[in-house]
Amino acid sequence: MMTMSTAQTNAIRETRSFRSALRLLLLLVCGFCLAIDLSGWFQSWPGNRTQSTNPLAVTMGDARRLFANQFFVKADAYFHSGMYPTIYDNRQSFTTPHIAEDSGAMKGKNTGDETAFLGPPRNWIDAFGRQFYPSVHTHLSDGGADGQEGEGTVREILPWLALSTELDPKRVEVYTVTAYWLRRMNKIDESEQELREGLKENPGDPQLLFDLGRLFSEARRNPGNARNVWEAGLRNWESLPDKESDKNRFVAEEIFGALAHLEETAHNTNQATALLERLKAVSTTPQSVQGWIERLKGQNIP
Amino acid sequence: MKNIWALSAVVLKESIRRKDFYVVFVVTAIVTLVMGSVTLFHDDQIVRYLKEICLLLIWISSLVIAITMAARQIPTERESRTIYPLLAKPITRTEVLLGKFLGCWLAMAVALVAFYVFFGLVAMTKEHHWPLANYFQAVWLHWVMLGVVVAMSLLGSLLFSAVSANVTISLVAVTFILLIGRHLDHIAVQFGEPARSGLMGLFFILPHLEFFDVRDLVIHNWPSIHWLVCLKATAYGTVYGAFFLLAACLLFRRRSLN
Repeated sequence: MMTMSTAQTNAIRETRSFRSALRLLLLLVCGFCLAIDLSGWFQSWPGNRTQSTNPLAVTMGDARRLFANQFFVKADAYFHSGMYPTIYDNRQSFTTPHIAEDSGAMKGKNTGDETAFLGPPRNWIDAFGRQFYPSVHTHLSDGGADGQEGEGTVREILPWLALSTELDPKRVEVYTVTAYWLRRMNKIDESEQELREGLKENPGDPQLLFDLGRLFSEARRNPGNARNVWEAGLRNWESLPDKESDKNRFVAEEIFGALAHLEETAHNTNQATALLERLKAVSTTPQSVQGWIERLKGQNIP
Repeated sequence: MKNIWALSAVVLKESIRRKDFYVVFVVTAIVTLVMGSVTLFHDDQIVRYLKEICLLLIWISSLVIAITMAARQIPTERESRTIYPLLAKPITRTEVLLGKFLGCWLAMAVALVAFYVFFGLVAMTKEHHWPLANYFQAVWLHWVMLGVVVAMSLLGSLLFSAVSANVTISLVAVTFILLIGRHLDHIAVQFGEPARSGLMGLFFILPHLEFFDVRDLVIHNWPSIHWLVCLKATAYGTVYGAFFLLAACLLFRRRSLN
């Protein structure tokens, strides 16, 4: 009786194992079939992040753009060797990052004293605490923290700018700021590469074309290429739907001014005057442009 | 004093035997070295971002190690019931607590030396100079700050029933002080009474741990702090550390061990 029972139990166990194996095989086949069916849809799905080669884009998606400005501001904080206003301080003199204002990538909106945003110490804890963090206004381009560092230390802002462009490739000003400071460090090839990468992400952007022209004009000493690029920038600016916005008018001012200067240098006074007339129409300081026009006309009188 | 030293030596040996420090050290080293291997714009002299990342990891690691180590000292002795034979010896409860504190604090000194030597080597490979005075001040102030944190965590281990609760609350409190502490008076003026007075009171009562955070000065190569200022900060940290320790001793003497 015992032997029969053991044999039956073994048979039942074997049957159960066989059934379990069959179920597993069935699940495997189902999974495989679903994978084949879904893979085609997944490859064509617009939300598929795996098409990007950027690891930040894969992991964070479009949310990464939220952090791009943080790292741009971080680069500006490095430019000031860590002496930078927090959200609790008076930020009027830091509305536009100084690295962008100095490079001409953004129109400055800063007001107030940039050296005294901390104000007088509020109490003894505040006064004592200021000894433990940077509390003197300096620029890396003017000697840095101890006033004796070379201009090459501006390189320290570059990692944060690179990270900012990685996070948001559509932020044009970061490319132009990076390119400007690379040019200041005599890294002309890297500067051009940066602008071309910006143009790849933002095709035909007038600001990037203006900066590329500036690079050709100032660093490569190639006014012909500079003129071509600036004229292309001007054409693109004219086709912009929001060309009258402050930002785009500022770009137009820069391009008109650069082209006028180029024509003036080449003694093409008539072309220069025509460009200055157009500059006057978009400029926020038409009086100074008029002064330039009169000076040019004065030079032209034999 | 002999008892305190003996107990602190036990705590120090136990912390060396545990794997916590080695794991965080290896993680810090790997992250720093991977970040350091990146060359941007063909410039291999860019270093400050690396110093910032490395120092941030050192601060996070040291705070986590200090708080978790201090938080489990008394509860572990209680749970394993080793506190009874320990107190059966000619040693007072105050000596036990001070021994635990000293052991944890010394263990943190060992950890900090290892961390900062690594940091110094990484910085030197790119900067080619070693500002010893700045590094010494950074390590010293960091260690004094950890003394306050260890004392705070020991006090927490007597106030809260679970180790996890103490660790979480201590970490949140320290993070709050480091991030917001300096600005509490600014925030206070935006509120009406009585919140304003409450926040101002908190501002003056809280231990300002941010005094001991000189990372920005080290990262951006600012000149070292005046030594007298460093001494004053040490005295400030000592006062707060002593306050937390005294409170912990008073509580431990009255607390039932069951």
